[in-house]
Amino acid sequence: MQEKRITIFSGHYGSGKTNIAVNHALALREKHSRVVIADIDIVNPYFRTKDSEALLAERDIRLICSAYANSNVDIPALPPEIYAVTDDKSLYAVLDVGGDERGALALGRLVPAIREENDYEMVFVLNRFRPLTRDLDGVFTVMREIEAACGLRFTALINNSNLGAETTEEDVRGSVAFAKEVAAAANIPFWYTTVHESLWHLFSQESEDYRPILLQKRM
Amino acid sequence: MSDKVLMKGNEAIAEAAIIAGCRHYFGYPITPQTEIAAYMAKRMPKIGGTFLQAESEIAAINMVYGVSATGKRVMTSSSSPGISLKGEGLSYLAGADLPALVVNVQRGGPGLGGIQPSQSDYFQATKGGAHGDFHMLVLAPASVQEMAELTVKGFALADKYRMTSMILADGTMGQMMEPVSLSFDIEEAPAKPWAVTGTKLERPHNIVNSLFLKPEELERTNFERYERYKYIEENEVMYEEYMMEDAEICVAAFGIAARVSKNAINEARAKGIKVGMIRPITLWPFPTKQFAAAAEKVKAFVSVELSMGQMIEDVRLAVNGKAPVTLCNRAGGMIPAPEQVLAAIEAANKGGN
Repeated sequence: MQEKRITIFSGHYGSGKTNIAVNHALALREKHSRVVIADIDIVNPYFRTKDSEALLAERDIRLICSAYANSNVDIPALPPEIYAVTDDKSLYAVLDVGGDERGALALGRLVPAIREENDYEMVFVLNRFRPLTRDLDGVFTVMREIEAACGLRFTALINNSNLGAETTEEDVRGSVAFAKEVAAAANIPFWYTTVHESLWHLFSQESEDYRPILLQKRM
Repeated sequence: MSDKVLMKGNEAIAEAAIIAGCRHYFGYPITPQTEIAAYMAKRMPKIGGTFLQAESEIAAINMVYGVSATGKRVMTSSSSPGISLKGEGLSYLAGADLPALVVNVQRGGPGLGGIQPSQSDYFQATKGGAHGDFHMLVLAPASVQEMAELTVKGFALADKYRMTSMILADGTMGQMMEPVSLSFDIEEAPAKPWAVTGTKLERPHNIVNSLFLKPEELERTNFERYERYKYIEENEVMYEEYMMEDAEICVAAFGIAARVSKNAINEARAKGIKVGMIRPITLWPFPTKQFAAAAEKVKAFVSVELSMGQMIEDVRLAVNGKAPVTLCNRAGGMIPAPEQVLAAIEAANKGGN
């Protein structure tokens, strides 16, 4: 996988975009000094990038998010600071987009600049255990709705199929063929399958096809 | 590979409603329950159902009244302030003996309050919810699986007793994701000879109405309805007992508060405190007999709530002065931590009030 300056994570809501975005930012920071993660989710009131605020601060990763995230103010607003992502080309930027086409609408504001610079990846995060992305038709519906809403095509796919704390080794392995089928049908590269750290010992000898992922603490 | 799906509580309610045969959803968006409407908007058109975003909560509940009068399974959902707006419609549904499913994914109040989870609509849900003498069946899920199961159950109970079933969840239950199995035994909806379906000139008109011109007649409907309520109180109570066999302290908690309490109870047990829990699954009818029986055995009760203490009144009525009942609570969108509940259990164990 080639590293681009901007990496956008999008998908069906609840697919695990925020976790993957945070994990990706942490990995980027290992290599680059100036990394920013921008939460442009204007849909989901709970479970935000801001939940990882302390961890991001500790690793010196800049967090851009709504001033109202995790507060009682339910306003779908983005901070003006968001333009740093496209204006400041010395940054490595991770964009955490809200779920479905409603969430992707907010990305549209940045798309002209992203297209012009043309140094980005837009990654579809797939969880085949989510009810509306269990078959090819369902996934393609969500993908095309997102692309139409924000005006960018997906360029890669990550398989994040999981059942939360109940995920088994078999669930992970069983999801790979479907994820590869989706990537092939969409004609985009398949990046990797995520594995929760509690199962990682079962996969650590595997090829680059699998990557460990730290899950955010949930209730 | 697992047959389960990973769902938000709100989505689980929506999908379970469709599985239960509901093809009519009317609602208006409000955090933290909007995913129910969003899910219905995507699914209903694909299965020949109706999703309609009404111009207000009041319009939505009256659309529910209309569809219910035709005998079809129908639902609406909202969060606390929106449920208050639906109040008039809830009373009319009760007055006309119409079945319906209403979901309240509670948020902090009073007033516009906030968007974080709360349980402070307990009084509203269990003591009527609007004007007049009536009850709703109130079901309190404590997992995403139960969000789905109680939705299916709620439709069946609503049809059986010609009442509103209310799912009383909270923001956490609505937003959290857990694996869900969606295979249910669906009971066929009972015949509804009272429904307004067109006479085809073969029978007298059916009339669905909550207006009575003669007070004697209105009184009679009230007494008859309360006979039904009495039957329900004796036959439909649902609850879970956790570690109550040898318990000396009894925690009372429902929904998310019960999950937090389970963690605290496990910690207290590790410290040698004999504590258990009664988790009401039906808040109306309330498991009064179970709390009364526990009062013969335990030395104290702790009611854990995301409110200023509402269910505690029903616990106290059931316990009837036989043991002290203390409150362990957070409010306004905050959730008690297991440590806070553990401290309340330890205080109750020492006999402190």
